[in-house]
This record gives sequence, structure tokens and C-alpha cells, in this order.
Amino acid sequence: MVTYVFLAAAAVAIVFAVLAVVPRNPMINVLSLVVMFFAMAAIFALLGMDFLAAIQIIVYSGAILVLFLFVIMLLNLRTVEPFGSGRPLQALLGVLVAAMIGGLVLALAALLHPELGGVLPGAEETGTALTIGRALVGSHLFVFEFISLLLVAAIVGAVYLTKKELR
Amino acid sequence: MLGVLWLIPVLCLAGALLNLALGAAGARKGVVTIVGVGSVGAATLAAFVALWQYLHQPASVVVERYFTWISAGAFTIDASFQLDPLSAVMVSFVSFVGFLIHVYSIGYMHEETDAGYARYFAYLNLFMFSMLLLVLGSNLPVLFVGWEGVGLCSYLLIGYYYEKDWCAAAGKKAFIVNRIGDLGFLLAIFSTFAVFGTAEFTEIFPAAAAHPERYATAATFIGLLLFVGAIGKSAQIPLYVWLPDAMAGPTPVSALIHAATMVTAGVYMVVRCNVFYRISPTAMLVVAIIGGITAIFAATIGLVQNDIKKVLAYSTVSQLGYMFLGAGVGAFVAAIFHVVTHAFFKACLFLGSGSVIHACAGEQDMRQMGGLKRYMPTTYWTFLSATLAISGIPIFAGFFSKDEILAKAFAAGAGGLNGFGSLYYVLWFLGLAGALLTAFYMFRIVYMTFHGSFRGGEEAEHHLHESPPSMTLPLVILGVLSAIGGFAGFPGQLFGKTGLNWIEHFVHPVLLPIASEAHGVAAEAGHGEHAVSLGLEWLLVLVSVGIAALGIGIAYRFYKGPEAFARPRQLAERFSLAYKLLLNKYWVDEIYDALVIKPIYWFCLFCWRIIDVFIIDTVFVNGTAFLVELTGDLLRFLQTGNVRNYALSVALGILALAVILW
Amino acid sequence: MSPAELVAIPYTWVLALSAVLFAIGTMGVLLRRNGIAIFLSLEIMLNSANLAFAAFAFRLAAGHGTAGEALAGQIFIFFVIAVAAAEAAVGLALYIALYRLKETIDVDRINILRW
Repeated sequence: MVTYVFLAAAAVAIVFAVLAVVPRNPMINVLSLVVMFFAMAAIFALLGMDFLAAIQIIVYSGAILVLFLFVIMLLNLRTVEPFGSGRPLQALLGVLVAAMIGGLVLALAALLHPELGGVLPGAEETGTALTIGRALVGSHLFVFEFISLLLVAAIVGAVYLTKKELR
Repeated sequence: MLGVLWLIPVLCLAGALLNLALGAAGARKGVVTIVGVGSVGAATLAAFVALWQYLHQPASVVVERYFTWISAGAFTIDASFQLDPLSAVMVSFVSFVGFLIHVYSIGYMHEETDAGYARYFAYLNLFMFSMLLLVLGSNLPVLFVGWEGVGLCSYLLIGYYYEKDWCAAAGKKAFIVNRIGDLGFLLAIFSTFAVFGTAEFTEIFPAAAAHPERYATAATFIGLLLFVGAIGKSAQIPLYVWLPDAMAGPTPVSALIHAATMVTAGVYMVVRCNVFYRISPTAMLVVAIIGGITAIFAATIGLVQNDIKKVLAYSTVSQLGYMFLGAGVGAFVAAIFHVVTHAFFKACLFLGSGSVIHACAGEQDMRQMGGLKRYMPTTYWTFLSATLAISGIPIFAGFFSKDEILAKAFAAGAGGLNGFGSLYYVLWFLGLAGALLTAFYMFRIVYMTFHGSFRGGEEAEHHLHESPPSMTLPLVILGVLSAIGGFAGFPGQLFGKTGLNWIEHFVHPVLLPIASEAHGVAAEAGHGEHAVSLGLEWLLVLVSVGIAALGIGIAYRFYKGPEAFARPRQLAERFSLAYKLLLNKYWVDEIYDALVIKPIYWFCLFCWRIIDVFIIDTVFVNGTAFLVELTGDLLRFLQTGNVRNYALSVALGILALAVILW
Repeated sequence: MSPAELVAIPYTWVLALSAVLFAIGTMGVLLRRNGIAIFLSLEIMLNSANLAFAAFAFRLAAGHGTAGEALAGQIFIFFVIAVAAAEAAVGLALYIALYRLKETIDVDRINILRW
């Protein structure tokens, strides 16, 4: 049954990823991306990473994409982009390159010996908020602090970049 | 002063540097005179004091080592001076004659600007420094330093009137032709080091003399190379061409450098290295042949020249030939003796001609002169004294020295020196013929310049005057020396007394005895002397005097009296081709230009236009730049400014990486 | 669902999904002209990377027995999300500034820095 859930989630992810890329309306793009992230969260949960699934929804869907929405509404973007976009060579090459990269990884996936993930003694303890929290302030403390520094820098940068010149 | 021999040249150097500074600072002529003449005077005084001390101490060779000049592992060259009979003779007359010429220059250069005057004396002092360095050096490198220094000063002084193109060109010619000879000299120094491990005179000559058979080939090689240097410096065939052109410089310069001192440096060097020549018959013969041929060759050119300084220049070349002839027949002391007497009378002749030119307001063509005896008696009598000396008239200085050379040449022929007997006879004959020509053309000058009536026009005649005492005093001194100086080498053996030839005895120790082991051939001409009986010697003397008198007589017939110039003109018309040949100095300069200079010029042009401008500049340098520019021009199209293109490039890169990592 | 039932999806399937999503995302980045759309495609790519990490973390947890390695994978995914957030913030700020300057988000029009 898990398999079916996974396949369903995967199908949703792919469909809505395509919907996030292809249509020319930015609103459709953002909102389909939201759905895709939900599907991703489902897959994370299936793999036993429940805390991460929660974080995915909260941060990604709930914060980042909302930010995107805000910006789209701020800039009042319309469907301005024509479809062909006038660069055939770029388009062709782009498709090819993307397909090849994807194909490479697919080949890798196909060649690897599939192992079934699963149960460990104490496995239920990985992936919970408690264990991840312990790891964050324990063995991975340095990176955790560093990430916070990075976020501060991002905030400062964002504020500075959008500052209006004082006359 | 012995012990501080270095003072002698350095005093002159100090004078030179001081004068350079004074010239730049714009000092007046009086100050420059005091410094310029005073420094040389002090050096002369120091030289004579040193001589006095030298004569009154037991050692025959005094070597003073000052410091190690070059030290490279086992190879060292010391800066050291050597005072032995040869260098003593050289130092004394070089400094004394140099001093007289400095005094003369005060009057002669009086009309130059202050800056030019200072420059002149600075260069002249520098020359004295180099020349004294040359004669005092105790090894070949130090000698070579002086050698180069005199070459440099010759260039500077010949080109003194550098604003005139032909003067500057003459200076360049002198330096460049000298350089050719210097190459030979340098190779000789290298060879000396290679063979002997040192170039100190006190070491190489005793070594060579002690083992003649071991060093014979080396001596030939080194001797010939050294002689190449002498050919350049002392203006022998084929490198004499710079000397006539060097007359472009001021006349005192011609007197000092191109008569009395610099050009004799080659002879000094050959005599200094006499051991090499005496153990190498080939080298000695080459020296004699070139000397003999030059002697007569230059004399023929001097017969028809009309510029008074040019005649004297060719005369110098010819007399230098005599000196080398003397060295080449083994009469080394006679050669040095001739150097000294030549210094006296040739300097006197040049200074006298300078006096004449001064009076004629710069005119040097003898056809515009005449009858100057009336206006310039002192100049006339000193000039006459020097002319008698150079012509080889007895009592006067040149007679003793030139006669000794000719006698030794004959003796070499008679004694079969080194087995080349008959060749030496030929050379003796050439020398005799040259003496005839010498007497002729010298008296030609005297008659054309001082006798008869003035041909230069009324205007110029009013300006004729005797020169100031600063000029006539040196003339008198030199004239007297030309007259009596020869008695230093009085050939006492003609009268059965062997002790009278002072200079022969004094300089003889420089001719180191060669260890004779079955070599008997390369000998001093002393052996050959026994081949010529006393009677034959007297006969030779009479022959040479007679020849000289004949020359004077012909000159009298051609150029003096009411029929003056008639016969020469007739001869010139009848033998017009020969006359043109001589007047144009056998077109030697033109031949050199066509055979040597032009090809070199074309080669240089080739190197410049093709190799430098085309290949290196255009093809390589500009071409590289062009290629780089082209690449840049093409590559810039990568910068499309389109972000998506850049993103595509990144993606391609990722793809490539992924493939590689696979 | 109880941990005992957390069995079998082969991690390679997850990896395959990640590949597909990555390809879709790359195509979006290379083919769209709208700047916001490009950014969204970039987010898809980041997510697919996260998924790949998750796949391997899942495999490690199964194969070797120490919980630590699986945990490291999850921590990494956590940080990737954080970085994506920061990047989104700064990127959108850039877009706003750019819009102020050029009145457009069309990346093809932002091409002054060309030859």
C-alpha cells in the first residue's frame, strides 16, 4: 500500500511540477508549486522523515511561496510572455541538456541495486523532531549557527537591495 | 718617485677630471691652463725624479704591485707598474714631449671658447694618463687598458671640432680601425694566458726565453696577433687609413698623439715582447716585411700631397714602418731609439706646421704658402732642424737612429738572419729608397712653405706673423733636441769604441738572452754584425747620407729658385696616371669602402630591414598582438548579455561534469 | 502507521523521481523568460536535490545500522531548505530592485552587459 501512496504522490509531484513550469501565468505557476511541495512532503513522510515533511510544508509552501505570491502581486505581473520566446536554438539545447542530465541520473538510478528501505532497531527514533533537534544543537551545531548567520545576511541583503534612495 | 710610480699617470688623470669639472663650471682659460699644463708638468717632474732614483739603485727592474685588479679563482690580474730600461726611456720622452705640447697648446688653442679650451685640456690630460699607463704597465692587461684609453682619447681629440661632420667622421674612423687591431691584441692576451697562465712581463718573457723550442709556435701565434694590434694602433698597412684622416684634429693633437706617442705604442709593445719575436722567425719576418713595405708605400703617397699636415701624416706612417723594420731585423733597441728621435723631430715638425697654419689663418694648402722664412724665423729654423733630422743628415738625431736600422737590416741580410737572408736585403733596399723619398718630400715642404715668395694673396700676407712664445719655446726645445738628441745612441763601434752607444747599453737588458739549444738562428742582430766588416759599415753610412743628399738636391732643383714648380709640373703631366694614383693615395679608402664597408653596410641593412623590422617586429611582435586581438574579437561574441544563455552554459558544464564523473 | 510497516519502497524509485523533477526544473530555468518563473523552476531543482538526499539517507538507514548517517542526510536537507529560503529572499529583493529600474522582469531584456 505504501507503494501506491508513493506512486500517487510521485504522479502528483510530476504533474504539478510541469504545471509550475509550462503555463505562462505566474499565479498558476506558484500555486501548482505549492501543491507539488505538498506531494514532496508526503514522500518525505513515507520515507520516515516526518519532521522534515513538516518543515517542508511550513517553510517552503508556507513562507517561501507566499513570498513569491507577494512579489508577484507587488509587481503586478501579467501574462506578458509570448510562447515561442524567439530563441529556438536556446530552447532546443535547453531541452536536450535537461533531458540528458535527467537521463543520466535515471540511468544511475536504474543501475543501482535497489534496496528496500526499512526498519531498524531504534529507527523510529530517527526523523523525529527530538532526534533532529538534538543533532542540530549537538553534532551539527556549527553549521546550524552558520546557517543563522547566512539568514541574517540574507535579511540584510534583501532590505538593502529594496531600499529606496532617499532624496 | 719610486714607490709611488702610480702618481705619474694619476696626476694627469686628476688634471683631466679637474678640467672636466672646470669646463662644466665655466672656468676661465687661465685656471684651466694652470690645471692642465700644471698636472702634466708635475707628472713630468715626478717621472724624472723616479728616473733619477731608478738609475741610482741596483735593481734593473722595479715592479710595484698595487692591488689585485681581477681575481677569478686561480686566474688573477694585478694592477702593477714596472720600471725597467725600456719603460724608463718611454716614460721620460712621453712625459717631456707631452709637457712641451701642452705648453704649445696654450697659444694654439687660445681662440677657442672657454668650454672648448677646458674640454681640450681635459682630453689631452686623459690621453697622457692613458699613455703613461700603457708604458708603465707590467702586464699585458694593464697595457691594454692604456692602449684602449689612448684610442679613446684619440677619438675624442680628433673629433674635437665635432660640429664639422668630417672631423667627427675622422674620429670615428680612427677608433673603428683601431678596434680591428685591438681584436688581435685581445686574442693575443687570451692566448698568453692560455699558454703561460699569466700575462706579467716578469714571468712570461723569462719563461719563453728559457725554453724557446717549447714556446716557439705559441710565440709565433701570439707575436702575430700582437702585431695585428700594432698594425692598427701604429698605422701600418693595411690599417693605416685612419692616420691621414686624423689630421682633422687640432695640430698639437696631431703632434702628440699621431707623431710622438700613441702611434709609437705599437712599436713599444713589439719591443717589450721582443722575446716572442726572437724565438719566432716567422713573426719577426712578418713584422719586418710589413714595416718595410709600409715605409716605402706611405713615402710614395707623401710625395705629391699638397696639404702640409697630410704630408707629415704619411711621413709618420712611413717612419713607423722604419721602426717596425728595425724590430723585424732584430734591432729592437734601434727601433726604440728611432721612436725617441722621431718623437722629437716629428713633434717639432707638426708644431712648426701648426705655427705656420696659425699664421696663415687656418690655410693648410702649401700651394698658398711660400716665403714664410722672412716672417717666422724661429719656426723656420726649428722646422729646418727637424727636417734635417728626418732626412738622415749626420749630426742630427734622425741620422743615427735611421742609419742604425738600415745597417742592421743590411747585416741581417748579410748574416742570413733566420735563413731569410735575401729577403732582408730587399727590405734594406726598400728602406734606402724610402730614405731618398723622405728627404725629398720633407725638403719639398721646406721649400714650398718657407722659401720663394708668398702665394696666398696680399690680404693674407699682412696677417703673417711669428707665433707667441708659448708656441715658439717648445719649438726651440724640440728643434735643439732634434739636432743633438741623436748622440744618445752614437754608433761608437764605427770608430772602434763600443762603449759610446749609450742607449744601446741602457736598453739592452730588455732583450733577454735566449737559451740557445741548437737554435742559433733567431738571434739578435748582434751576431749578424760580425757578418759585416767595418769598412762595409762605413760604406753603408756614406751610401745613406749620399741618398739623403740626393733627395735634398732633387727637391732643391724642383722647388727652389726661379724655375720652381716647372719640372714637377712637367713630370706630373707626363706621368699623369702615376701622379693621379699617388695624389689619390692609391684609392685605398675607396677600395676599402667598396670591398669592406659596403658589404657590411648591406648586411646591417639586411639585419635591420628584414630581420629586425620584418621578422621580429612585424611577424612576431605585431603578429602575435594581431592574433591575440583577433581571438579577442571572435571570443567576445560569447558575451551575449542574455542570462538564459549563461544558464545554458552552466547546464552544459554540469552535464559535462556528470559525464566525466560517470 | 507503525514503524514495522514502513517497508518497501526501493530508494531507487525516489532517485528516479528526483531525476525527473530535476529535468523538469532545468527545462524551466532554461526555457522561460519570466524571471519569477525561472526562480520557481530553480526551487523545483532544489527540491529534487533534496529528494535525492532523502533517498540516499533512507537507504543508509536501512543498510548499515547506525542512525547517524540517516540523520546527517536529513540535517542536510534541513539546511538546504534554509539556504533556499535565504536565496529566495535575496533573489526576490533583486527582482524588485530590477523592476524598479527597468519596469520588466523579462530576462531577455536585461542584456546591457553584452559585446
